[in-house]
Amino acid sequence: MSHPVNDPHLLTLSVNDAEHEVVVEPRRTLADVLRHDLRLTGTHVGCEHGVCGACTVLIDGAPARACLVFAVQAEGADVRTVESLARDGELSDLQQAFGDHHALQCGFCTPGFLMLAEGVLAEQPDASREDIREALSANLCRCTGYQTIVDAVHATACSRRGTNA
Amino acid sequence: MTTTDLPDHSVPHEAADPDRPVHGGHEHSPDEPRFDGRRGRWVGASVPRREDPRLLTGRGRFVDDIALPGMLHAGFVRATVAHAHLTALDLSATRAVPGVVAAFDAADLALGDIVAILDRPAEEFTPTAMPVLARSKVRFVGEPLALVVASDPYAVEDGIEAAQVSYDVLDAVTSAEGALAAGAAVVHEEAPDNVLLDVSMFDTPGVDEAFADADVTVEVTTRSGRQNALPLETRGAVAAWDARDDQLLVQTCTQVPHQVRTVLARSLGIPERTVRVTVPDMGGGFGQKCVVGREEIAVAAAARRLDRPVKWIEDRREALTAGFLAREQTYRTRAAFDADGHITALDVDVVCDMGAYSCYPFTAGIEPLMASAEMPSVYRVPAYRVRGRAITSTKAPTAPYRGVSRPQYVMAIERVMERAARALDLDPVEVRRRNVITEFPYTGINGVTYDPGTYRESLDLAEATIREEGWYEARERGRQDGGRHLGIGFCCFSERTGYGSEAFAKRKMTVVPGFDISEIRMDTTGSVVVTSGTMNHGQSHETTFAQIVADRLGLDPEHVKLRQGDTERISYGWGTFASRSVTIGGSAVALASERLGELLCRIAAHLLETRPENVALDGDGGVVQLDDPSRRLPFADIADVAHLRAHLLPKDVDPTLTATASFDVPGDGTFSNATHAVVVEADPGTGQVRILRYVCVEDCGVVVHPQVVEGQCRGGIAQGIAGALFEEVTYDAQGEPSAASFIDYLVPTATEIPDVSIAHLETPCAFTANGAKGAGEGGTIGAPAAVLNAVNDALRHTGVELDTTPIHPGTVLDALEGTS
Ligand code: FES
Ligand code: FES
Repeated sequence: MSHPVNDPHLLTLSVNDAEHEVVVEPRRTLADVLRHDLRLTGTHVGCEHGVCGACTVLIDGAPARACLVFAVQAEGADVRTVESLARDGELSDLQQAFGDHHALQCGFCTPGFLMLAEGVLAEQPDASREDIREALSANLCRCTGYQTIVDAVHATACSRRGTNA
Repeated sequence: MTTTDLPDHSVPHEAADPDRPVHGGHEHSPDEPRFDGRRGRWVGASVPRREDPRLLTGRGRFVDDIALPGMLHAGFVRATVAHAHLTALDLSATRAVPGVVAAFDAADLALGDIVAILDRPAEEFTPTAMPVLARSKVRFVGEPLALVVASDPYAVEDGIEAAQVSYDVLDAVTSAEGALAAGAAVVHEEAPDNVLLDVSMFDTPGVDEAFADADVTVEVTTRSGRQNALPLETRGAVAAWDARDDQLLVQTCTQVPHQVRTVLARSLGIPERTVRVTVPDMGGGFGQKCVVGREEIAVAAAARRLDRPVKWIEDRREALTAGFLAREQTYRTRAAFDADGHITALDVDVVCDMGAYSCYPFTAGIEPLMASAEMPSVYRVPAYRVRGRAITSTKAPTAPYRGVSRPQYVMAIERVMERAARALDLDPVEVRRRNVITEFPYTGINGVTYDPGTYRESLDLAEATIREEGWYEARERGRQDGGRHLGIGFCCFSERTGYGSEAFAKRKMTVVPGFDISEIRMDTTGSVVVTSGTMNHGQSHETTFAQIVADRLGLDPEHVKLRQGDTERISYGWGTFASRSVTIGGSAVALASERLGELLCRIAAHLLETRPENVALDGDGGVVQLDDPSRRLPFADIADVAHLRAHLLPKDVDPTLTATASFDVPGDGTFSNATHAVVVEADPGTGQVRILRYVCVEDCGVVVHPQVVEGQCRGGIAQGIAGALFEEVTYDAQGEPSAASFIDYLVPTATEIPDVSIAHLETPCAFTANGAKGAGEGGTIGAPAAVLNAVNDALRHTGVELDTTPIHPGTVLDALEGTS
């Protein structure tokens, strides 16, 4: 496939188990396509240079910065956003834990932390509280001071593996 | 970073408990009348947050989530030099870029300037104007020069790149010292000395005598670096002209929607009724969004001009370089002490580098005036002299940032206490104990009357906690065996919250953001909508205000919906800043609820055919007849009559169920207080500082929602630590900011911010309608001084004294080198 640099491409993206056809310029980021073409605005953009993590989504199960990925690069991959977490109107255990621990204030960083945490919990199901803290240091939150986010993810890790926090 | 070799570091967590005695605070005697709903079923409980479900599922609506049909996108051509005459601005190539719809410069839009003034004489204050787009002169890197509007944001970027700008470059003014130096370049012609405010607020009798008689005089110069409040959501706005409503609809992320409306209408020269400002969910603000931004006005003007919706979303580079900043201050403090360690006089010179412009409505005076008015802090100071100056420089302008000067003046006076302790060979906590205000109400040398608080109690509890956990022994062990360099630092402070009109008027503000208004309506099903002029941006108002209403009306919070952030819903309001929301906005909400409750009772008495005194709210969504509790009317029945069968109402009651109330804090207002205690470990080899333990003992009056208050504390402390150890916006000699991305501006992450233990003391405020004092800023205020004191304690044996934040590893190493 060779296209002139700015010519729009027709892509098929798999997002949250649904196939979407979109026509995008090659320079369009996955974050922009999710937010503005697919109107999945739960994925947020805080820096557009790969540091804050507000745009974190799962690509084939691994956390990725949607602001650093071009939409064309995500073709053929399984993309998951925060909109996929709740099922039938029920919050997931992780979302519930965030609420219980007051792990969100303004909520702007929250989708990114939720997706990062899902990736971390899948990769390291036995993570200790300190492991979790270390892994969550990939993202920025300006409101909470992080403690309650670490608590929420640790509580979820413990309940998923059937131990007490 | 919170690991410790000490087993138990839990501080007793004491949630709001009506029966628990308050440590030494103001206690109500049993026969003292007390508001019914002050602490009922809901206030004081950590109920699930009403905001959470939508925010957790990605269904919040932030400004960049808004898309309108036919919407265009906008961005700004910004100055690339700090200080220059604009010699040419050519937008013809911009206009030719594919996708670009229009490009406007200052002359094209012809907007009125943003001008914030104080009612002070010319020798004290120089008014300066902030144009919406720079006209002939640029005053900082990032200043907006032109607006580019295009069909998509990528084309906007191309259009901005195509703009041709030429400058006649002038010398940059990059420090307060530089601004004040003879021959310095002049930033504003109106202020040839680069001083926008110079006020000597106090010079009480006896200052010089006290210094002459002093047993010990302490002198310390403290500085704090320029910081960005840094909400994770950058600023942004979507504006659209609505021909049917004859109104410009501006959806913007602001803490102050009515102020944006007022300034916008004046700048565009249109009646204020033709502007409606609404605010969607907001990703933080911390003060940066509590002033009117020039960009939101330019975008609104473009939307009106083009008759198309226009969206602007600030990118992170703009947010870091051109967003409102804060905190670059220097305090030269002298303090006189007697031999017993009592402070006898305080003499302070405060210089604040406010950058290029005065913000609306607070002006460039905000930081020095705050510092001057409040500086004696929690201590009994018998004589006080202060001079406060606001300097203008060629850096991004400043706005109030969480804590506003209090982190800095508290740092100054807490350094004074520490140095006095060393000079007098006393324990630093003991010196504080000898000086702290213990009797209330206390009228200070600054003319401010402090309402009851737990200054001494918080200090004692914080110290006892650190002591019981064994940190003093651990420090001694480290000192003796030369292994670990542990340091313990304290910060005791209070914080005036919820300034009322009187307090702001005392500062000579001409726009006085004091009162707030609330309106409450009950619908035909007995559910209520309550409106407030405050503006949630993470503080959980939807939850806490519903709790306040629920208790006042005896109604489940499920049936209460808060509406904020719409200038059409309420006649005027001042938004959210200065920890004012629960104190002032929450009081207005409480009073409006009470009025609605009275109205419900009146109608119910009529319908039950009994005397008004014989009914009361039953706490369960209805009105009960007191002498026969079997007779009860649920709100829905009363509401049904009030709306659908109004002929059954008492003759003197109007149909529908609405009530309004306004609230203003009387006099000097109310003070929250806290003591922070920090244990750090410093590594003299690398200069690294690690926080091992953080304890906060706080008193913000009645706690509406303990979890939310603790969240405010922890989040505030994280920002205070950020200022103490990490973040600083620096400029080179040409005025170019050093940090344009998160790579260079070091925002602490989960591994740098420690866990924080919080204990609550509770001294109910006597004159807010809900007993609350305000909890938004305290964390940020206490952290820098506590951390700085702890670092100095850790380095005590080296002779190093640090008085500047942020403390980077390099700062520590340089200081150690200087002493060796
Ligand atoms: S927006 Fe992608 S990392 Fe910040
Ligand atoms: S909750 Fe606001 S940035 Fe994390």
